[in-house]
Amino acid sequence: MNHNIQVIAYLLAGVLFIRSLGGLSKQTTARSGNVFGMAGMTLAGVVTAIVWAQHGVGSVAAGILGAAIVGGSVIGWWLAKRVEMTGMPELVAILHSFVGLAAVLVGISSYLTPVVAHEGTPPDQIAIEHTVHLVEIWVGVAVGAITFTGSVIAFGKLRGSISGKPLLLPGRHAMNAVMALAIVGLAVPFMTAAQPLALPHVIAMTVIAGILGAHLVMAIGGADMPVVVSLLNSYSGWAAAAAGFMLDNDLLIVTGALVGSSGTILSIIMCRAMNRSILNVVFGGFGTGDSKPSTATTESHGDVHEMKGDEVAQRLLASRQVVIVPGYGMAVARAQNAVHELTTQLREMGIKVRFAIHPVAGRLPGHMNVLLAEAGVPYDIVMEMEEINHDFPQTDVVLVVGSNDIVNPGALDDPSSPIYGMPVLEVWKSKLVVVLKRGMAAGYAGVENPLFFHDNCRMLFGDAKKSMDALVQAVRAAGPAKAAE
Amino acid sequence: MKIGVPKESAPEERRVAATPESVKKLRNLGFEVGVARGAGLLAGYADDDYVTAGAELIEQGAALGESDVVLKVRPPSPEEADQLREGSLLISLIQPERNPDLLPHIVARKASALALERIPRITRAQKSDVLSSMGNLSGYRAIIEAAGQLQGFFGPQVTAAGSTPPAKVLVIGAGVAGLAAVGAARALGAEVRAFDTRAAAREQVESLGAKFLEVEFKESGEGQGGYAKVMSPEFIAAEMALFRAQAKEVDVIVTTALVPGAKAPTLVPRDVVECLKRGSVIIDLAAEQGGNCELTEPGKIAEHNGVKIVGFTDLTSRMAWVASRFFSNNLVNLLTDMGGAEMWRIDLNDDVVRPALLVHLGEQLPPPAKKAEPTPAKEPAPAKPIKPPSADAKPKQTAVMSPTRRAWGQTALGFGATAFVFVLGRFVPQQFLQHVTVFVLACFVGWQVIWSVSPSLHTPLMSVTNAISGIIVIGGMLQVSAQPTSLASILGVVAVLLASINICGGFLVTQRMLKMFHREGGSR
Repeated sequence: MNHNIQVIAYLLAGVLFIRSLGGLSKQTTARSGNVFGMAGMTLAGVVTAIVWAQHGVGSVAAGILGAAIVGGSVIGWWLAKRVEMTGMPELVAILHSFVGLAAVLVGISSYLTPVVAHEGTPPDQIAIEHTVHLVEIWVGVAVGAITFTGSVIAFGKLRGSISGKPLLLPGRHAMNAVMALAIVGLAVPFMTAAQPLALPHVIAMTVIAGILGAHLVMAIGGADMPVVVSLLNSYSGWAAAAAGFMLDNDLLIVTGALVGSSGTILSIIMCRAMNRSILNVVFGGFGTGDSKPSTATTESHGDVHEMKGDEVAQRLLASRQVVIVPGYGMAVARAQNAVHELTTQLREMGIKVRFAIHPVAGRLPGHMNVLLAEAGVPYDIVMEMEEINHDFPQTDVVLVVGSNDIVNPGALDDPSSPIYGMPVLEVWKSKLVVVLKRGMAAGYAGVENPLFFHDNCRMLFGDAKKSMDALVQAVRAAGPAKAAE
Repeated sequence: MKIGVPKESAPEERRVAATPESVKKLRNLGFEVGVARGAGLLAGYADDDYVTAGAELIEQGAALGESDVVLKVRPPSPEEADQLREGSLLISLIQPERNPDLLPHIVARKASALALERIPRITRAQKSDVLSSMGNLSGYRAIIEAAGQLQGFFGPQVTAAGSTPPAKVLVIGAGVAGLAAVGAARALGAEVRAFDTRAAAREQVESLGAKFLEVEFKESGEGQGGYAKVMSPEFIAAEMALFRAQAKEVDVIVTTALVPGAKAPTLVPRDVVECLKRGSVIIDLAAEQGGNCELTEPGKIAEHNGVKIVGFTDLTSRMAWVASRFFSNNLVNLLTDMGGAEMWRIDLNDDVVRPALLVHLGEQLPPPAKKAEPTPAKEPAPAKPIKPPSADAKPKQTAVMSPTRRAWGQTALGFGATAFVFVLGRFVPQQFLQHVTVFVLACFVGWQVIWSVSPSLHTPLMSVTNAISGIIVIGGMLQVSAQPTSLASILGVVAVLLASINICGGFLVTQRMLKMFHREGGSR
């Protein structure tokens, strides 16, 4: 195939990817965005396959390659079919690790393949090109390895098989610095060795970068996982871009850069929502830095008022505006269907029910939106923080379902609170706040929540799913009476 | 410990200080409860229900004279006070300002008396604050009574038989009762305005959807304990002018102004009444304390120029069933804080009990000295009331977001990057530079495209970018050479496998997620 045709095909694929990302920014165009992405990927794959076949490789290689593609696709299809929407964060994290690992493999493989210099290039130019190529491999493999192990750890943390608590080893910053220096330092003997002979260096560096990635993510608390996942998302993009540099492939560069910058932006958006910087998240080890543990909150306990499910149901039926604030607890208890059921019941009775979603609710950006969408909640009653924060004073009942830090008034008025300065949902301005909670444990940030001691706050203790089911029952039982009024 | 609940003796008093529900809670606190026969009848609680809840039915005399704690609503008559047992504790409204001869009787019996109206209005005591719970009821009932007297709709009506505008309601005094009245009137559809001398009331009034009226005169009316203080004559003159102007417009006036322990201020003098239209209604919640309206006759409906002036003193008793429930819950909360039966203690250092305790074991206590700055060493600091942050509280932004710093940082970074690129350009091969060009441009394109993403789509976006980053499959493919058994080829094949999982999984999951997003009413 003509080289120009390949270039044009890659250009087209790049444009399709841009359209895909652009489409995903709005609800109305999101589906077509996904289709653009698939089209771009198919185009790129087919064209590359044709080019590759024209290089005259044997049918054995073609067969193996086809098997790999088909096998991978089947596994991917199976994973995607089978995943529960609550398990979405884990799936995304583990998929990132695949990209990272693939980048490592491509990098090493590329190192093993000798580069054919362009004809007519002066020898000193060849030397420079060679060095540049080696640097590209080095960077690509390092980024890929960090992405790989970081994603695996993030996967474990999200699944709960690794504790969500930050692992804070003494002198961890120094350790990180040493590992980073080792990665850079190892590059020198690697560059000077004849090409395929420095393989041990590459492998050693891969291991070090892997440890660095694991260690970085281990030190990040579970509450910051949304940021970490999107950072890893961007790393996987950078890894792909680095592979593009070493293989002289513009499409890889373009696509990697797109993914990299989109992941970076998502991370920035989320950090802004928490009023923290990315550096603070990545190196922070939340709540352990210079902020002293809050002493004010520990002594200012008022009383916590409990309210039984039946009474909550009565209050819900007597209200005109209800706002539900879901959090990670809803995801854990898989209560989203019960929440939707309650919403439908109340709305049929003419009660205005809306959802308030904090940007960092859950363990993945937009996590709550996905769960609610899965349960069938129409997306036009799902509001973002800025849209709904003004409406709390007119709200009769706020149901806080398994969220904690994002409704903490201490973020606004207690400078000693570790989350001071983070915008929160101002639920306490409503007439009644009912918090569904298993017990009095603090949220992921480990911060006491003064909301629970407010006069207009009531606690409904118990598993979120069970409490919600009970509410649905109570509301349904009272429904006909209310409708008859 | 035995609790006695006598039947209320005051005329038109239908409330009772314990309900079957509260008896159950008191039993759980370890008290024995004796309820006078027929005590709850007028509030809708039958004797049998009390027995089922675990109370003992006793005679009126025994309820007063043979109990350790006597729970009552209204201040006892001197005769009732004379029956109190020595050493017993009376918990009720006492209002010594209006019943000056009551306390000596209690003192003579060597009993104790805790005046519910003296419980301080602090956050911790709110659950025991009967003035708030009863104020809420009377404010609501005031509007219901007004609606009963007004010969028109509260809400606007547009019908084939004619239209009426919404009733206009003026609420004077936006305390607990006033705010409840505002809320109830709004719920009936009336147009409501409210007046209060305290600036803090504005936000509360407006939050209920009513208009807050102001006089053109600056003076703060914040007084002690959530009550307004007495204002200067100039202010009052301006206030009257405002009321006269309002009276020409409104259909209903509800007055709720009380001064603790003194006669209620006159806010609606005769000339203001005369400004009202015929058929208008005034509800005077202060009737028992002398009335906010000059023409109020306590306990009756007076009429002047066709304006009805309702001076009912039993608004809460008109809702005796729920009023008794709330009142008795307040008492249960108070008794819980005093330790229940097992850890019963009349704590003279307690911030809630001490101000309310007028007589302790036959000894009349002076009002508690205003606490100076609490000395930290001596006693634990009182629980800090948790105030919700004010409406305009803005989270402090950290320096990260400082625009100046960002601008400088960006400029420096820009120069640095430019310099670096120039240096790089001097040494590296041309092909590499082309790649860098493509790379940088693509970064900027991504940057521009993503910023507008809607937060609800963050997860699908992430999984689609994740699928797209599977483009590394191309890299893997290009590594597979003619010798499929070479290490480079094997690594390439594994990379292809992994990347394929990613592509297929990522796109399918995105599709699944997007399918779930739906707008109400089906198609988009």
